[in-house]
Amino acid sequence: MLLEEEKKEIQQEIGQYPHPSAACIDALKLVQKHRGWVSDESVKDIAQVLQMSNEEVESVATFYSRIYRKPVGRNVILLCDGICCMILGYETIYEHLYKMLGISWGQTTLDNRFTLLPISCLGDCDHAPSMMINNDHFNRLTIQEVDEILEKYT
Amino acid sequence: MEKPLTQHIHPETVPYSLIEYQKVGGYAGVHKALKEMTPVEVTNLVKSSNLLGRGGAGFPTGVKWSLVPMDNEQEARYLICNADEMEPGTFKDRYLLEGNPHQLIAGMIIAAYAIQAQTSYIFLRWAYKKAENELRKAIAETYEAGLLGKNILGTGFNLEMNVHSSAGRYICGEETALLNSLEGKRAIPRTKPPFPAISGLFGKPTVVNNVETLCWISHIVDHGADWFKGLSLTETGGTKIFGVSGKVNNPGLWELPMGTTIREILEDKAGGMLDGYRFRGLLPGGTSTDFLIEEHMDVKMDYSTVGAVHSRMGTGTMIILDDRTCPVKFLLNIEHFFAIESCGFCTPCREGLPWIEKILNAIETGQGRMEHLDILKSQSNYMAPGNTFCAHAPGAVEPLQSGLNYFYEDFVSHIHQKKCPWK
Repeated sequence: MLLEEEKKEIQQEIGQYPHPSAACIDALKLVQKHRGWVSDESVKDIAQVLQMSNEEVESVATFYSRIYRKPVGRNVILLCDGICCMILGYETIYEHLYKMLGISWGQTTLDNRFTLLPISCLGDCDHAPSMMINNDHFNRLTIQEVDEILEKYT
Repeated sequence: MEKPLTQHIHPETVPYSLIEYQKVGGYAGVHKALKEMTPVEVTNLVKSSNLLGRGGAGFPTGVKWSLVPMDNEQEARYLICNADEMEPGTFKDRYLLEGNPHQLIAGMIIAAYAIQAQTSYIFLRWAYKKAENELRKAIAETYEAGLLGKNILGTGFNLEMNVHSSAGRYICGEETALLNSLEGKRAIPRTKPPFPAISGLFGKPTVVNNVETLCWISHIVDHGADWFKGLSLTETGGTKIFGVSGKVNNPGLWELPMGTTIREILEDKAGGMLDGYRFRGLLPGGTSTDFLIEEHMDVKMDYSTVGAVHSRMGTGTMIILDDRTCPVKFLLNIEHFFAIESCGFCTPCREGLPWIEKILNAIETGQGRMEHLDILKSQSNYMAPGNTFCAHAPGAVEPLQSGLNYFYEDFVSHIHQKKCPWK
């Protein structure tokens, strides 16, 4: 079941377009904002609101990399593995995160605090290496800074 | 030196409000276009300025607008700003969006007026949270002031402006894939023709322009086509936002005359290579452009001059390859990106790019054989323009084929030594 708030926000997005189905991506993002990820049940709920088939919504949900079809941790670390961040040494940051959190790409810590995902390019190329945690950007990363940054996310 | 696009951007402070931007003449072009010019006059002015699209392809903006059929007054038309900037190494639109959203909005109002679109969308890259906040704030201000919505400036022209924040995937930057994404579908490119100007968003005439392109419009209307042409050192008018990333002293962005040489950008602006690093090559405008090397240092950055040395200016934001970074690993990183970002619709791209990635990985990890180099070459040919549905795979193999050419010996030494010489 969609929350009242989710329904209201999805209706607002539908208003931006001539057809309800055009709001599919916005709807998926809104549900994910409230729940952290998009479950099978949410796919069905969204399909109903947008007058689409479950399969259509599923095909969209699985296409876009920023829609999570599996549960993620409370905080999602997106570490850039793009070319500029590679030149400036993202691999050192990755190894440090692996050591500190005990998780590799795609994994979630046992306490559900962090999920670690690769991302290619955050548009911070002149301040590489960079990462995002939830909605926050961090640039010119060093190992020491990473420790301090992680502490802010519980 | 004039810097029309960035003169009102002060990165350490909040962007200008509507009133502040109006005070420095920011919306003068909007008043002029809507009150004193017909839509066709605006299109003709932009055409005569020869403004070339700043998203990478360099298509003349005025020509793009003039392809929109204007005879049916009742028909819906759409203007879309492509702010999906996902080309690795590219960060110029972000600067414009975060630094001065009103410059973009003013340009979009005029562009929409020229093609008589009543609805516009900004298709924004998901990661640009700050830009999204600034844009939404600026759009709300503009509605309140009556510069968006119904009967703008009492001229009878109506325009709605919406922000769509994307959900990832590089392919969304491809014009027709973007249209599908905005319709709520998988971002798979469409067949052309029909071109979006005839049948675009929801099957209606649509123009898709890049952020930097649209930021120019109000300035061109305000100051004229000759002024715009005069800003450049070459035939291509205007200034350009150039960027440099990699092992240089001062990575960043600078607005410079179109036609500034690579040497000036790299040495004067980016401060040259970091101590202990030597320059080996660069991708002039994102990962989907061919390598240039030392001998190209005095090439002028504009579309035709860079094209003449078999690369593309692309987005104008350069990625530098230094001597301590392995060129094979550099290319492996790029081809991995293109392989995972392929939409999977057409075969050469879906199958070919992962194959290329696998081979590059084999070479980088010491499992390479000489015949692998032939496969890389033939795969690059299979993915030439015309063999694939869109420009994704042809773009992906640009750095590969030029890399194979310029750094051939490094590929061979990986194979002979059975390891990466940089490790």
